[in-house]
Amino acid sequence: MTTETPMNKTTDTATPVTPPPTTPLVPLPHPAARALTVAGSALALIGTFLAWTWTKEFPGNLTVTGYPGGLQVLTLVGALLTLLFTLSGYDIPGLRWLTPGGKNSPVLLSALGVLATTGYAMGAISYELGGAVNLEPGAWVSGIGALAAVIGALGLPTDQPHDPGDPHPHHWVNLWFRLRHALSSPEPGRAKDLPAWAEILIITGGFGAGLFIFAYGIRTEYSEAFIGFLIIAAFGFSAVNRAGLLKRLSALTAKHRNVTLAAAFVAAICFPFTQSNDQFALIGANILIFATVALGLNVVVGLAGLLDLGYVAFLGVGAYAAALVSGSPQSTIGVQFPFWAAVLTGALASLIFGVVIGAPTLRLRGDYLAIVTLGFGEIFRITMNNLNGRSGPDVTNGSNGVPNIPDLELFGFNFGVPHNVLGTELTRSGNYYLLMLLFTAVVVMVFRRSAESRIGRAWVAIREDETAATAMGINSFRLKLLAFALGACLAGLAGTVQAHVSYSVTPEQYQFAGSVPPNSAFLLAAVILGGMGTISGPLIGAALLYLIPAKLQFMAEYQLLLFGIALMLLMRFRPEGLVADRRKQLEFHETGQLDVPEDKPLPEGATGVAKAGA
Amino acid sequence: MTTTTTAPATTTVLDASGVTMRFGGLTAVRDVDLTVNTGEIVGLIGPNGAGKTTFFNCLTGLYVPTEGKVAYKGTVLPPKPHLVTQAGIARTFQNIRLFANMTVLENVLVGRHTRTKEGLWSALLRLPGFRRAEETSRERAMELLEFTGLAAKADHLARNLPYGEQRKLEIARALASEPGLLLLDEPTAGMNPQETRAAEELIFAIRDKGIAVLVIEHDIRFIMNLCDRVAVLVQGEKIVEGPAEVVQADERVIAAYLGTPFEGEPGAAEAAEVEAAEAHSTTEGDDK
Ligand SMILES: Nc1ncnc2c1ncn2[C@@H]1O[C@H](COP(=O)(O)OP(=O)(O)OP(=O)(O)O)[C@@H](O)[C@H]1O
Ligand SMILES: [Mg+2]
Repeated sequence: MTTETPMNKTTDTATPVTPPPTTPLVPLPHPAARALTVAGSALALIGTFLAWTWTKEFPGNLTVTGYPGGLQVLTLVGALLTLLFTLSGYDIPGLRWLTPGGKNSPVLLSALGVLATTGYAMGAISYELGGAVNLEPGAWVSGIGALAAVIGALGLPTDQPHDPGDPHPHHWVNLWFRLRHALSSPEPGRAKDLPAWAEILIITGGFGAGLFIFAYGIRTEYSEAFIGFLIIAAFGFSAVNRAGLLKRLSALTAKHRNVTLAAAFVAAICFPFTQSNDQFALIGANILIFATVALGLNVVVGLAGLLDLGYVAFLGVGAYAAALVSGSPQSTIGVQFPFWAAVLTGALASLIFGVVIGAPTLRLRGDYLAIVTLGFGEIFRITMNNLNGRSGPDVTNGSNGVPNIPDLELFGFNFGVPHNVLGTELTRSGNYYLLMLLFTAVVVMVFRRSAESRIGRAWVAIREDETAATAMGINSFRLKLLAFALGACLAGLAGTVQAHVSYSVTPEQYQFAGSVPPNSAFLLAAVILGGMGTISGPLIGAALLYLIPAKLQFMAEYQLLLFGIALMLLMRFRPEGLVADRRKQLEFHETGQLDVPEDKPLPEGATGVAKAGA
Repeated sequence: MTTTTTAPATTTVLDASGVTMRFGGLTAVRDVDLTVNTGEIVGLIGPNGAGKTTFFNCLTGLYVPTEGKVAYKGTVLPPKPHLVTQAGIARTFQNIRLFANMTVLENVLVGRHTRTKEGLWSALLRLPGFRRAEETSRERAMELLEFTGLAAKADHLARNLPYGEQRKLEIARALASEPGLLLLDEPTAGMNPQETRAAEELIFAIRDKGIAVLVIEHDIRFIMNLCDRVAVLVQGEKIVEGPAEVVQADERVIAAYLGTPFEGEPGAAEAAEVEAAEAHSTTEGDDK
């Protein structure tokens, strides 16, 4: 038995600190606000089980009661997410792990997501069927539920205390700032260490979820569903991010980098088995081609800091080289190399082209380099057009290109026909997808290994300060040429597969800017949008930039306009790209505080470059 | 390589002769000769715009001198920065030029570029030598960080270091190239007196490693403490060279810093005043 010391009591009653204000936007008592959010999201969830409209004319069949379909599923998922985040705020034991960072901002974001998707669905039904009369009660139930959830979420205290500075004189501006403030959240603390197997399980789960969401997005069959998917995915992603779950996950992936790579690879292998439709598998294969080339460009732009606006030409060189030696009846050479030889030919041709273009141009810096590479990119396309037997020697058939490229056959495996693997059918595009994945893996490996070496450090040094780099003994011209040539070679590799996937190679596939990626502008955008200098950044950026135009073809006319607006918004709000490496994050968001790394020995190879990019 | 100041066998490390640098009509450096011997710390002083930094740039190949040649240990250097560093001359910059978004350790590793050979193939295939070379590089870099007192901050971004430490990091990065001659361009600019003292110690320690040092500095007291020999550059020309005390008392130097005395009259008085002030501030500094 211990005697009670009076000390214990005095320490408990320390001087009361006035808590910094976390006043919500909508003045509601906290318990009421949370209850309203729970009720609202539950209502929205229930609504998805009812009919939203009376006719099957609206795609997705929203007329069935008891079985959510189409856009209803998206509302359902969003409502579920909102419900979980809200309940986590009640400190329910099993759910607390959901919100290690922000507690209420994820609720608000996911509630907004539900409102936006449901609102979009109701709007689309009314617009397409001609009036709000076409809405059945189910839609109203979900809509009103979503609205209630948003109001409730706005009544929750903000995660970050207010800055008690002067409010902006203009009411609406002030409100906008307060809304943005309500969406901000604190960083999650460091997670306690779990056993390695559990951490690996979490990583696997994360990638599994990622694959599922991605495959779902590709599988959406009509643009209404895809828009709804985009809305809920964007809000859900931000909500999960605000909750601190992404930070936690990226901390784990940084810890188990090889496991992460393996998990990502396995998830990517699984993809074609989730697609029975060849059309969607083709989208997957094209995304991989685009993403691989973007990763190659990331060597040039992200690591060495060389702005290359004609990069797609190297893809073209590889594709043309492979097409000419593919045995296509229209090929002017008329030889048929085995695939491995064709790959070497394509890569080598690109490499040589890269050196030939790089040697004179890399003596230029900055904007000049960008302009000259832009010029060379166009010269490539025009030359391919002119080598048609009339304007010049007949090498490429001019604008007809090289059609009828035969399908590959490797070790008796014909890529042109569907195969039955483990009970699921692998279509032609699925075959090529898997082949391309192998190339992507090679490029990821090349990127990672070169970035984490003496050469990679020299590239980054040149990017940071070329003069200082040369004064440190770096032969900057040679290293820039190396980056340029390596980048070209990687694009050439991808080109050799692209030639087979697309059956034919024409000059118009390799433009500076066009409506179909990959083109130079979109490649650069994928790198910048995704996050320069990282591995996952360009892959994600490329996937988004390919998927969005492919799924929203009715907007094709406005595509470049929308693309421009999206880029501007991104550069305004997240200049470091979707996936930031640690450096970039510090570079663009001056926090005023020193970057204090965690007090633990960094894993081996941690002085490499693509740290945050798993 | 363990020569000390008293060792008689001194050889010439740097021999610059007739270095001239013209920018259009402006002659920033005019016919400057300078030698630095092993085990020496040589100071280079002069008023603002005298051409000191330009002279450094000529030595390190960042500028191609209009005339003159620069020899390191008897071999004439081509005006290519990376070859100069390769040969054994390393430098720091007056306006700090670190690789801001690389970590402290990475900065030093970049400094080792010329002393390592692992190429792209070795990195891609992870050939047997690769891992070993990386290990060794990292060890050497950490040693240098210990030496300059930055080891605890190895994983910080260079841009987040305080000013004084950024200057130290520049020195560590330069040392990583295993130079025989280190060129320091105003290493104590912006430092407080304590940091300046520490920098002095550091430069002595570098000299004791057998590395000759050529240092540009405006802080006369610092130069006096540190240098075996001082050269004065005024409007691109070297006007005096000799032991620090001699140079400091030289009339031409005083004139260059304070302007020509009016009719010769108040000059002596003024010079005495400056002397007194210098002496005063020296004792003050010693008090701390
Ligand atoms: N690249 C250049 N082009 C034209 N003029 C230059 C160039 N670099 C230096 N100068 C000129 O050369 C002169 C000497 O400059 P320098 O920077 O070498 O002086 P400094 O002695 O280092 O001065 P400080 O003590 O201020 O650093 C100045 O007049 C400067 O304007
Ligand atoms: Mg200077």
